[in-house]
Amino acid sequence: MSTAADIRDVIIVGSGPAGYTAAIYTARANLKPLIFAGSVTAGGELMNTTEVENFPGFPEGVQGPELMDKLEQQAAKFGAQIEFEDVESADLTGEIKTVTLANGDAYQARAVIISTGSAYRELGLPNEKRLSGHGVSWCATCDGFFFKDQDIAVIGGGDSAMEEALFLTKFARTVTVVHRRDTLRASKIMADRALAHDKIRFIWNTEVADVVGGDKVTGLTLRSTLDGTMSSLDVTGVFVAIGNDPRTELVKDVLEITSEGTIAVEGRTSKTTIPGVFAAGDVVDPTYRQAITAAGSGCVAALDVEHYLANVEAHALAARA
Amino acid sequence: MSNAKNVTDAEFTDKVLLAEKPVIVDFWAEWCGPCRKVGPILDDISVEYADQVEVVKVDVDNNPNIAAEYGITSIPAIYLFEKGKVTGTVIGARPKQYFEKEWSEVLSK
Repeated sequence: MSTAADIRDVIIVGSGPAGYTAAIYTARANLKPLIFAGSVTAGGELMNTTEVENFPGFPEGVQGPELMDKLEQQAAKFGAQIEFEDVESADLTGEIKTVTLANGDAYQARAVIISTGSAYRELGLPNEKRLSGHGVSWCATCDGFFFKDQDIAVIGGGDSAMEEALFLTKFARTVTVVHRRDTLRASKIMADRALAHDKIRFIWNTEVADVVGGDKVTGLTLRSTLDGTMSSLDVTGVFVAIGNDPRTELVKDVLEITSEGTIAVEGRTSKTTIPGVFAAGDVVDPTYRQAITAAGSGCVAALDVEHYLANVEAHALAARA
Repeated sequence: MSNAKNVTDAEFTDKVLLAEKPVIVDFWAEWCGPCRKVGPILDDISVEYADQVEVVKVDVDNNPNIAAEYGITSIPAIYLFEKGKVTGTVIGARPKQYFEKEWSEVLSK
């Protein structure tokens, strides 16, 4: 059994821009944060991106993994304890929270910040799963290489879809973007670049009805979102970039979840429905989901934790007096 | 620490298909972020389960043929071979416990 000495001030779960920013701030507040960064998810979504052009302070742009390395170093510099472990379960309801790792070790803290980010969304087609790794992909930077001089499709109309499409033009012969609306959700600069690229073409108002192929992808069956007309597209690769879903498995049974699937927080704060449990980053944000908004959100959580712990302390002192 | 060895296209038959022990093959490349995450996990497995399995790594950048033969278009792709046959596949980086659960018959002491 752990003793009072083992009870930490704060544990942070997740290590994207939100988690590391929360770690930097809580470390500087001398709260000696323990951050569970994840064994394979450390650094979060930016680890699979290339150039980040819109993070303030980097006029020349910065590679996603490099940015995350810097955030990690900055957190470590101020004394955050960073462990590349996966959290399996969490008991958050009491005054002292317990976080249990996949290896069975348990850790306790007075406050917990959930910054578990989001996971890519699947189309939800049986053949998508079956052909995953055999033509269906979610990581352009990992898999673009396999599609040299081939015709491929990117599904989606947001910034991620445009970024993947543009990156994939380095390898593919043609990239067809399939989007279910008639306008792109992507930022103007990314949309303009993709629209102007001579290797990229667009199929509008269309969704994927099925992924076709035996051992490997050979094409897509498409359906018009306007009139339901079916058509087919011959491609050997499909990159799915239709959005992300918040990763709430750890807490969905104990915390309130919004209709959009994010952890519910109070107003502009990071306070969840349980005192001492805070949430930050993509896991609370159905709208903006940028590296910089996640970082800002991590800062909010750190300051909320600091305030919460000061209050707990003050109450304990008052009770003793 | 690692017992994992690099295997080329040319060595694949000898080192993997004809191996006595089950072999975990990590198809990877330097430019692939998730590959760099799962690499150390497979290194751990190669040490911890040294009696049960061999772990080998195939750099697909320099050795594209075997990956193509197995229709691999996503990395990291981690394949389990037993007696020359594929008996398990994992696509994408996963925690150590995931492999131990997924391939519990091989990864148990």
